[in-house]
Amino acid sequence: MSDPIVVVGAGQAAASFITRHLALASPQPLLLIGEESYPPYQRPPLSKKYLMGELEMDRLFIRPMDWYAEQSVSTRFDTRVTQIDRAARQLLTDSGDSIAYDKLLLCTGSSARRLPAEQGGELEGVFTLRSIVDIERILPSFQSGKKLLIVGGGYIGLEAAAVARKLGLEVTLLEMAERILQRVASAETSGYFRRMHSGHGVDLRESVRMRRLLETSGRVTGAELESGEIIEADLVLVGIGGQANSQLAEAAGLECDNGIAVNQQCQSSDANIFAAGDCCSFIRNGQRIRLESVQNASDQGDLVARVLAGEDKSYDALPWFWSDQYDCKLQIVGLNQGHTQAVERRGEDPASLSIWYYTNDRLIAIDAMNDAKAYAFGRKIIEAGKHPTPAQIADPATDLKAIAKS
Amino acid sequence: MANITWKMQDGSEISADVKDGLNLMEAATANNVPNIEGECGGCLSCATCHVFVDPEWYARTGEVDDIEDTMLEMTDVEREDNSRLSCQIIASPELDGLILHVPEPE
Repeated sequence: MSDPIVVVGAGQAAASFITRHLALASPQPLLLIGEESYPPYQRPPLSKKYLMGELEMDRLFIRPMDWYAEQSVSTRFDTRVTQIDRAARQLLTDSGDSIAYDKLLLCTGSSARRLPAEQGGELEGVFTLRSIVDIERILPSFQSGKKLLIVGGGYIGLEAAAVARKLGLEVTLLEMAERILQRVASAETSGYFRRMHSGHGVDLRESVRMRRLLETSGRVTGAELESGEIIEADLVLVGIGGQANSQLAEAAGLECDNGIAVNQQCQSSDANIFAAGDCCSFIRNGQRIRLESVQNASDQGDLVARVLAGEDKSYDALPWFWSDQYDCKLQIVGLNQGHTQAVERRGEDPASLSIWYYTNDRLIAIDAMNDAKAYAFGRKIIEAGKHPTPAQIADPATDLKAIAKS
Repeated sequence: MANITWKMQDGSEISADVKDGLNLMEAATANNVPNIEGECGGCLSCATCHVFVDPEWYARTGEVDDIEDTMLEMTDVEREDNSRLSCQIIASPELDGLILHVPEPE
């Protein structure tokens, strides 16, 4: 039998690759290697329903634990790949085994950025939130009445803030930039979420620099700001972004640039090695970008299975994202980077709002807050390459469905 | 517990007993039903778990709320009167014997 296609990293991209590979009835055997103890699972609920205690662990699994064996997919969990020997097409693992591959797919994901140790990043009571194990660590102290300090006003920090308030924790959130979500959303969207969190009792501070975390015998007790102000905390959650897990690829000499650099077929600089999901960077509209999202991981995993089966495919999927905070559903389509205008559109419900991003007269992205219509029809409009004028969009009377279907 | 049957366009079928409280997107992926992806995990953002409910059963699968109704506009295969997003159908004894038809995208 030929050597298997080996998938390193058991996340969304891996699950999607395996599903498509099986659906295409591709004959090559598969081996999935994961560092964690679990089969591929959904990460988005970690900072939402799972943190809230509303979802059992096995419902996070994208496919049940025993599904892989049923599909004749070999698995090795709790296993870390330590080296890729490209010349021999072999992997080494932390248990000292060597594993031959015919083709290799790296789906190693991304890791949470941590605060440096000199700022207190290694103290007890300081957490990040990216894995089931992270949740297990934080849950015992995620209790009503505790003082939670969140460093970073991105999606993970804001989602955790919403859960914490629902569970009765006192929450202070620090954002270094001028506004929360600055890197990913318009000022209008930031404003919507700022009002929502403040309304739910989060002490939300923007343009605030933290000097360091404070401690007593190695356990975090609060933070000192650059202003000298002290904020007390029983626990600290750090949500300051992620970085690609590309160390393995770098050590093997694969081309890396903010992640494993891949072409439009998700192929790395070694023709036998592919990469998908958070760990890789790819060209979109002439720029090399990296995305941390379910959509991207899932679509790239799917694409690699098709490419390996001989289909002539290039990656050009339209990005989409979502976030749930309190009773608000945020749905995003497209990437707003480089927009020249953000147009506000009021929805049918008082809590509905959408922001439509334009680069000159081209519609490139939409943030929809509690406005599924703006998201659903907006996505159709973008997919169809239509560009309604900002004036049309700003007018609540404009029928989006009619534009989408025209 | 409910016994659910998914009928594919090629005539094949998959049946499974589904625990009460699970949604039928989860049940479909666990049982390897093709063309039901559920990328967003059931939070009404992807419309990749579209099914046609057997007309006899449609009323018993519950109300379609506004968000689901809107998201049904995004499905790969055009919606029909008996369309549902299966992540919004929750297994219960009343659904024992339910038949779902799985669309086949181009």
